[in-house]
Amino acid sequence: MGPQSISTILFSRLLQGILVVFVVISVVFLVSRLARNPVEYLTTDETTQEEKELLKEQLGLSGPIGIQYVKFLWNAVQLDLGNSFISARPALSEVSSRASKTLQLGAAALIFSLALGVPLGVIAALRRATPTDWAARFLAVLGQAIPNFWLGLILIFFFAVQLDLMPTGGSGGIEHLVLPTITLGLLASAVSMRLTRSGMIDVMGTDFVRTARAKGLRESTIIWRHALRHALLPVATILGIQVGYMIAGTVIVEQVFAWPGIGRLMLHTILVGDFPVMIAGILVISTSIVVANILVDLSYPIIDPRIRAGTR
Amino acid sequence: MAARAVAAAPGSLLRGVRLGGSWQQAVLLAPAIIILLAFLVAGVFADLLSAYDPEQIVLQERLIPPAFQAEGSWAHPLGTDNLGRDILSRVMYGARVSLLVVVTCIPASALIGTFCGLLAGWRLGWWDRFLMRIVDVQLALPAILFALLISVVFGASLLNVILIIIIFSWSGYARLVRADVLSLREQEFVVAARASGASDRRILFRHVLPNIVNTIVIMATLDVPSVILIEAALSFLNIGVAPGTPSWGAMISEGRNFMTIAWWPIWMPGIAILLVSLTGNLFGDWLRDTLDPRLRNVR
Repeated sequence: MGPQSISTILFSRLLQGILVVFVVISVVFLVSRLARNPVEYLTTDETTQEEKELLKEQLGLSGPIGIQYVKFLWNAVQLDLGNSFISARPALSEVSSRASKTLQLGAAALIFSLALGVPLGVIAALRRATPTDWAARFLAVLGQAIPNFWLGLILIFFFAVQLDLMPTGGSGGIEHLVLPTITLGLLASAVSMRLTRSGMIDVMGTDFVRTARAKGLRESTIIWRHALRHALLPVATILGIQVGYMIAGTVIVEQVFAWPGIGRLMLHTILVGDFPVMIAGILVISTSIVVANILVDLSYPIIDPRIRAGTR
Repeated sequence: MAARAVAAAPGSLLRGVRLGGSWQQAVLLAPAIIILLAFLVAGVFADLLSAYDPEQIVLQERLIPPAFQAEGSWAHPLGTDNLGRDILSRVMYGARVSLLVVVTCIPASALIGTFCGLLAGWRLGWWDRFLMRIVDVQLALPAILFALLISVVFGASLLNVILIIIIFSWSGYARLVRADVLSLREQEFVVAARASGASDRRILFRHVLPNIVNTIVIMATLDVPSVILIEAALSFLNIGVAPGTPSWGAMISEGRNFMTIAWWPIWMPGIAILLVSLTGNLFGDWLRDTLDPRLRNVR
């Protein structure tokens, strides 16, 4: 296969991404229509049949499912996902008003995971088969094994209840962000650490590192500028999947820490049957996962110059 | 995506094959096997081993601390929860729920995933594109959100949890098997089998599959802790097992409201999850290093 230009790749990835998001919201729409009639959530026993019919009409729930689906798609293309059944505000703005909170938490967790995982992985690789290495690897296994909802509660128990250092939940200053960030980012940092470690071990044995040493480069330059860049490729590859896991993780972490983001909103709306907001939320979430994966694909050439030259 | 992770790991094929893993792993392996056995026994024989009915409420015996604390008693070695239910019994029945999820979800998703991976990697073309797009869709729709939706539409139940986990975990096997088939199909022994007129079925089952079995076994082992964690997380959010069922996640969710006055209702099931998932991971890592060091970068 010859070298492809960035724009060709970007175009085909975007097209695939749109298809994926389309399928996701179609599935969610159809499954949600199998649910108990949402009108039942919103009315009491005293509501008359006429009023119920009127409500159904207003909410776009009347008529055959096929027609409803086509109408839904037609409106969705224009970014109109209907109004919240509860607050009557547009569903999409209901979700986007929460987005910044989730974005804050997600970004903090991502940065935390890389800032902890990558240096730890490098150190473990350089001190391979020493107690440092074993400790780092054991920490990684532990980080992968701890259920995040339990970790969150334990952190609250020690740091918020016993020591009173941090707030137990809610959002506000930077101190509100600390415990949720650790809870959400620990798993990802364990994965990054393991990938960085094995990548570094591979690359430190290669010819180009030997050449760099022979040239008389300082060891720290070799490690952090040349070798690490090579070792980061698998870390970057898995980043797209990590973002997906993290977004799913926010549903749990936001619930544990009463963090007012999309995850908590989703849990609430789904339980009360507020389907427009739910679909809007899933649309936003799956779009961001798709975009994250496209960005990861586009970042390969920056990390690995060989891809830029089209040799892979 | 995982396939790319393997391909992108430079030089991973060159690493020497070491049998048996390192001695550090061996040291950790013995306790790991003991814990896994304890988990198995507790799950299978929960009804014989537990002294109490896990769902029996005794309000007079609320929040009794575990036996090693001053106010505790050996009648309830791990204490009781906010409704006076015996925590040890509930932890054992919780092991049964986790075990049930493991023995149903993992074989099912491994079978479906292997079949689809073989199909995609061998037939290529339309099948391959179709199956890989389904995988993309799954990656873009977090299992937890889908589980939320399902629990509202069809209600919370163990069966739904199992189905959701299967729906979301077969694709991991499919991607891995597909990647292996793609590299195996160009190997000389496969090309030779084709040239000698062997049927697709014969090639796949006699030549390709035996070369992939290790990969599948390793992936299945590493899936044990993740499947247990998913079930626990869903039950924690009250969208997993039906209310009242003694599941580790549900126990933590209930104990959460009392965690400032009683630590044991959330610690006991939490430690159970942690131990099983920790040992499952250690065991899986050891198996991988023993059977197939090449896979070390998959997770």
